[in-house]
Amino acid sequence: MRYLAIVCMLLLTTCSQRKGGIIIAGSTSVQPFIERVAERFTEENPGIQVNVQGGGSTAGIQATFNNICHIGVSSRNLKGSEKALHEFLIAVDGIAIIVHKDNPIDDLTIEQIQGIFAGTHKDWSELGGESGEIIPVTREEGSGTRGAFEDMVMGDQIISDACLVQDSNGAVREIIATTPQGIGYISVGLVDEREKALAIDGVKPTLANLLSSQYGFTRPFLLLLLEEPSGKVKKFIEFALSKKGQDILKSDGLISVTEIGK
Amino acid sequence: MKDKIAEKLLLFIAFSAIGSLLLITFFIFQQGIPLIFKIGLSNFFSMHWSPTRGQFGILSMIIGSLMVTVGALIVGIPFGLACAIYLAEFSSKMVQKTLKPIIELLAGIPSVVYGFIGIVILVPFIRTHFGGPGFSVLASSIILGIMILPTIVSISYDSLVAVPNTYREGSYALGATKWQTVVKLLIPAARSGIVAGIILGMGRAIGETMAVIMVAGNALKIPHSILDSVRTLTSTIALELGYATGDHRAALFACGAFLFIIITILNIIAIRVTGHRE
Repeated sequence: MRYLAIVCMLLLTTCSQRKGGIIIAGSTSVQPFIERVAERFTEENPGIQVNVQGGGSTAGIQATFNNICHIGVSSRNLKGSEKALHEFLIAVDGIAIIVHKDNPIDDLTIEQIQGIFAGTHKDWSELGGESGEIIPVTREEGSGTRGAFEDMVMGDQIISDACLVQDSNGAVREIIATTPQGIGYISVGLVDEREKALAIDGVKPTLANLLSSQYGFTRPFLLLLLEEPSGKVKKFIEFALSKKGQDILKSDGLISVTEIGK
Repeated sequence: MKDKIAEKLLLFIAFSAIGSLLLITFFIFQQGIPLIFKIGLSNFFSMHWSPTRGQFGILSMIIGSLMVTVGALIVGIPFGLACAIYLAEFSSKMVQKTLKPIIELLAGIPSVVYGFIGIVILVPFIRTHFGGPGFSVLASSIILGIMILPTIVSISYDSLVAVPNTYREGSYALGATKWQTVVKLLIPAARSGIVAGIILGMGRAIGETMAVIMVAGNALKIPHSILDSVRTLTSTIALELGYATGDHRAALFACGAFLFIIITILNIIAIRVTGHRE
């Protein structure tokens, strides 16, 4: 159903955009990042309009196969027959669990984190910390970071209503930095020295662990093509992988592929 | 002839203002109401809000909005009224000339600034001295209470000053003290203006979004104490509209429609009340 909707949407835009534009479709988590890259891209290449659509990773992959969009976007790895597509890794998104820098806890298990956000753990002393009410901070409904956290960490557990809610990585970070009993999650790239990123099941979110996939709470942001890139599409992919493109992604909290060293 | 043109022009402007109001109303309801019918009133007024899972209960947010608004009035009315009475009846002309503009200046401060002051000073203060997360009903009430002060003060002040001097002279002639005159005569005489000021303040408190988002913590759970975090209707709309699609987006418009109805009802009640007293 969702796929049908996106196909219709794309067919409509295809007619008007075929001439000079690029149509990108897929993961809603990547959409805001790609939109910002696209804005800069259009500024530098005024002739090429970029149209970014949502729909979800699977819809994006299907749309790429059916040649309905120029570039598909996925925030998960390709599986089985999907691997026939050409893929370009533009960035890695990771979730860091952060606490106040004075919090004595360095390491939590994934069950403990689930317990905190589901509301079953209420006091830090239950987890081996100093006694004090745990203040979990989550993101708003509909946020991509919240979606990633729910998929990767919470599993089938539901985030409790008692959690504080903030609407940006920056706002969550600000609360954790100033609240000794706070715990929250933000994109790995945005953690600074005022908070402490916890190890999950003993694995710290260091760059080395992220790249070796030892720290499991990451996902790739992929651009997908049916054929070898050429023309304006090639230009866009090159821009996304260039220093300018990567800097935009990095400033939004993603891990740049230049750091991954590919 | 000129009069006629001016009259027609003003009429047109007045109607275009009403017209845009009607358009906004229509748009909000047209976007939001279908969802309420789709999910049913019992879902819409249930406790649980989780729009990406098909639960659209706004009850906790209604309670949140009410708590914060009442809290703001508890903070704002005594201070605002006291300030208006002092300025109108007790202060010298000099004090009046300096204090009143300063209080009115409060109205011009952007709400982000109030929110920021709340985060930097009020929230840590509440957390260290009273406990809890600091982001709370209390913090929101205090910030909103300060924000509605200028409205309450200036409208109450104006209506106190408007009470004819003959009333005061009559009261003193009967041997009443200044305090007795204020409480027994001036406040009742200026009542409709004072109530109007309070209602306008209440409108600002219930509609305020930015400052509340910053200091309320926005947890969906219904607060058990004034130290708990709270979510208001306006905060939900502002927090979630960014990425909301489909039913989620419609649900936020439904929140807006509900807020619209509540504010309209409050205003009607308020107009009735002031009408009766006069």
